[in-house]
Amino acid sequence: MYGGGYIYDDSGRSWQQEEQLQDDPVKLAAFEARIARGEKIEPGDWMPAEYRRQLIRLIEQHAHSEIIGALPEGTWITRAPGFKRKLALIAKVQDEIGHGQLLYNAAETLGKSREAMINDLLSGKSKYSNVFNYPAETWADVTVIGFLIDAAAIVNQVANAKGSYGPYCRALERICYEESFHLKQGHDAFIELATGTAAQKAMLQDALNRWWQPIMHFFGPPDKVSAHSEKLMQWKVKMASNDDMRNQFLDAYVPKIWELGLTLPDPLLKKNTDTGKWEFSDPDWDLFFEVIKGNGPCNKERLDVRKWAEEHGRWIRKALMRQEERERTALPVA
Amino acid sequence: MQSEQALPELLIKMADDELIIGHRNSEWTGLGPVMEEDIAFSSMAQDKIGHAWALYRILQEHFNGSDPDQFAFMREAADFKCSQLAEMPITSYDFSLMRHFLFDHAETVRYQSFSQSSFTPLQQLAAKIKGELKYHTLHADAWILQLCAAGAESKGRMQQALDNCFQLAGGIFEQGEAEEVLIAEKIYPGEAALYQQWLNNISPVIEKAGLTLPQMTAPVYGGRKGQHTEHLQQLLNEMGEVFRLDPEATW
Repeated sequence: MYGGGYIYDDSGRSWQQEEQLQDDPVKLAAFEARIARGEKIEPGDWMPAEYRRQLIRLIEQHAHSEIIGALPEGTWITRAPGFKRKLALIAKVQDEIGHGQLLYNAAETLGKSREAMINDLLSGKSKYSNVFNYPAETWADVTVIGFLIDAAAIVNQVANAKGSYGPYCRALERICYEESFHLKQGHDAFIELATGTAAQKAMLQDALNRWWQPIMHFFGPPDKVSAHSEKLMQWKVKMASNDDMRNQFLDAYVPKIWELGLTLPDPLLKKNTDTGKWEFSDPDWDLFFEVIKGNGPCNKERLDVRKWAEEHGRWIRKALMRQEERERTALPVA
Repeated sequence: MQSEQALPELLIKMADDELIIGHRNSEWTGLGPVMEEDIAFSSMAQDKIGHAWALYRILQEHFNGSDPDQFAFMREAADFKCSQLAEMPITSYDFSLMRHFLFDHAETVRYQSFSQSSFTPLQQLAAKIKGELKYHTLHADAWILQLCAAGAESKGRMQQALDNCFQLAGGIFEQGEAEEVLIAEKIYPGEAALYQQWLNNISPVIEKAGLTLPQMTAPVYGGRKGQHTEHLQQLLNEMGEVFRLDPEATW
């Protein structure tokens, strides 16, 4: 997990125009030509201010999504049934934290420190994937997250791994490699319930019903109402449209869900054989934006956990920095 | 008592220690003071739980024991033989780190002693586990030394944590009823010998850190006989919450 396809921007302004004017047009043209040729942009290279801002926002939100995304599943580590599931879940959630670490490092190459990013997360200024603002109520929820949310994230991350910013692409390559194992363990646990006892099947169906709307929200609003995409796609910051990613996900996973005898809570969900596109009921986009604003069922709980970790870990981070200072001053002077 | 009866007692207490401390370490996943520590505790948790699983399998294969999942997830607190140190809540990072330091040095001594064990399955497993423990103690030592060298606040916290953990750690070495048999049959050297070696190993680190090692005046025994704090039953209720919904189902 966990990068959502949708990257929130609250600037609400004509974003590329103002800052673009400040960029040297010759350098900008050369930069865009490099991207068009498929070259990677590296940290020391010239880049437009808006490219840097958008990338920080994208990678930072992705990193936050990893560490916040660890929480709904993390609460089930202590309840995972049996050695196999317990070990797999710890390993999986540990990977997600590791992905957070990789991504914060990638974002830091653009000039924003990990501390500043964490502060923005805790203050609510910086967002993370909405899907983690919903509760994991039963063990079946863990299997739905591990299978379907990870699958959705992979669609997004595989696309982004072909983007233009070198450090982000390299982080994503490693992340995607690990995610493919997560998907396998999620699928395995999901199938175990789908083919298990009546109570296990009922538990899974209930989880699927509750998670379907957040999953449909995952890739963000439809292209027709989602602004900002064109320039980001030209700069290879955003690699696929929300609708395309959603369609790719539905195409790959809805048949797998139906094959198991499970249902999805949308009577209109079907593939149009003429267009090759999936049709579905519009999820509640007002709710989506309400959750982004902080009014989802678990926004407060998720941030409170992170705040607890930050507050209780402060003396340790302070101690480490003090030691670093001492080591620096202890270096011999030439 | 022959070693056929005495060995399971040893294996169960070791496995229970591993499972319960692994479970506690896993509670840091998502909550660590820095991401790197979060990852380290998760990683050690996996090792510990993996060790428990391997030990329960030895019990199953060689002593007609029950299925490891059933054995781990269905027993009540009174049937567990872990030390009380292992079952204590994670509390705070200083407590968890000090527990990890004391516990992993104790484990290291124990598993090193099995390299000469006459019980081959344990000797073989110990060879693998020792390699992992090397990194656990390396991690614990590095953090203790680092925090103790970083000013009065963090050093004071580490001393307090040591004072809080030390008598509990003594409980790891509570002697078993049939220990003499195991010593005579060269399965392992016994708890008193392990305790001495443990003290020898931790003392230089404690000294280097500038901490004061308390006297072992009242080691907290009882865990090996099934006497536990209320924390263990709470942990087991949580651990078995899903599994016990239908113990016959596969999950």
